Amino acid sequence: MVTRLKAQYGSGIREANTYLGQNYMVVEPSIAAELLQILRDQEQFDYCVDVTAVHYPNREKQFDLIWILYSHVRNERIRVKIMITDGETAPSSVSIWPAANWLEREVYDMFGIRFEGHPDLKRILLPDGWKGHPLRKDYGIIQQDQEWVQINLGIESGQ
Amino acid sequence: MTDATKSLSRLSSSNLELGEPDKTFLDTNELIINMGPQHPATHGVLRVILKLDGEKVLGTECVIGYLHRGVEKIAEHRTYAMFNPYVDRMDYVAAVSNGLGYCEAVEKLLNVEAPPRAKYIRVILTELNRLASHMLWLGTHALDIGAITPLFYTFRDREEILKIFEKYCGARLTTHAFRIGGCQYETYEGFERDVTKFVDFVKPKIDEYEELLTTNRIWVKRTKGVGVISDKDCIALGVTGPVLRASGVKWDLRKAQPYAAYSDFDFEIPTGQNGDTYDRYLVRMQEMRQSLRIIEQAVGKIPEGPIMAKVPKVLKPPVGEIYHSIEAPKGELGYFIVSDGSTQPYRVRVRPPSFVNLQALDMMVRGQLVADVIAVIGTLDIVLGEVDR
Repeated sequence: MVTRLKAQYGSGIREANTYLGQNYMVVEPSIAAELLQILRDQEQFDYCVDVTAVHYPNREKQFDLIWILYSHVRNERIRVKIMITDGETAPSSVSIWPAANWLEREVYDMFGIRFEGHPDLKRILLPDGWKGHPLRKDYGIIQQDQEWVQINLGIESGQ
Repeated sequence: MTDATKSLSRLSSSNLELGEPDKTFLDTNELIINMGPQHPATHGVLRVILKLDGEKVLGTECVIGYLHRGVEKIAEHRTYAMFNPYVDRMDYVAAVSNGLGYCEAVEKLLNVEAPPRAKYIRVILTELNRLASHMLWLGTHALDIGAITPLFYTFRDREEILKIFEKYCGARLTTHAFRIGGCQYETYEGFERDVTKFVDFVKPKIDEYEELLTTNRIWVKRTKGVGVISDKDCIALGVTGPVLRASGVKWDLRKAQPYAAYSDFDFEIPTGQNGDTYDRYLVRMQEMRQSLRIIEQAVGKIPEGPIMAKVPKVLKPPVGEIYHSIEAPKGELGYFIVSDGSTQPYRVRVRPPSFVNLQALDMMVRGQLVADVIAVIGTLDIVLGEVDR
């Protein structure tokens, strides 16, 4: 499969490897949307297990955005990873797998990554008016949106 | 003026001061109502906004996050071993499963494997936990629909499982039963006898639950054809666990990608055909019987040997990423862990089955009645601790 995709995209696929028996691909953000579509339509990865992100504040491209996919037919998993800078939008995969809807909203909520083409991109776990994205590394573990807490909960601090 | 409006206007002018009433106070507009977050049938703090036309549901929106504790953020500030008890607090009715998934994921990252004895103990406790989780589901689900009796039956029998947990590790709910590399505790004197006794005790009880419900006319009316979801929609929405299997997809991670010692045991994957609430009920009832089958096979041949693999005192997994998932009672529970080579995980992502399954609620209740929303929330078997993390 990887050789087939590599023939098609060439250097768009920067890395395709196996670690601890698990396959993953690092690809350019520009081809991600097309590649995900092909993975579902032609390679039968019909189930989007998870969409998540990792923050590396010291890198130029700060975020790893990861799709974990599974194919019922092949009984195989694959991880597709793209690297994006802060403020760059990522392609949404909701039109490919409806399951990605809430998962992408959670990534937006926790990391502030915007998805282009998402039907209803808003916070999911935190309240709508909250400021900040807690899973970024520069967000402290006891940090909170003081203003929101004071206005909405009527207390000085949640700590 | 009709009599009714006359009396209304009298009412308003006398004490309520509502002004001149409309010709009729009934209209045919769509109604938006709010269910929860404090509602006994939402199994926790789930808020569902319903758009209704009379009693028919036109659409829903879930508002979640009331129980958000930032478990994934906490993980980044704890060592691998310190984070272990936290995972029990997500799906708190199936704490053992959470622990198993996390421990196995870290073990994979460390490239160690738990010894066979530990694996068998893990399987027995996890399957007991699956039974406990399904029993709690059955009791509360039936209660929501209006059958009060099963709740008392299932809680009575679930108590026996919790007693075994208590004797094994001292805790009943948030057990922290496993350690990275195996189990901390050797089985206590009489563990096998207790488990065998429990299996013999609970087998006729499951028949008893089925006698109460399976052919009960009210139960059948309230569940058959309610909340139907097709196999294609299930897969597209990422739904896993008994909900997926009730739609006819024979997929269980214990068989598809066996972990722990599941490949040693003989069991079947029960499936349904219609993907409705009734089939999901039948699938879970069958699953309870299959769990008992696994426990019976495992308890007879727990291998001798150590219960802990050789793991260093300070865990420093090599730099890398791992995704490991198990079949929790609610569906696929996955852990995606990124290690930067230090003692603390760089990132822990939990892929919760309840969160993803809850997404299917909207599709399942559209066009149904308000009362069916309660039935569908019950049949999805969500735990808000896991949805919100």
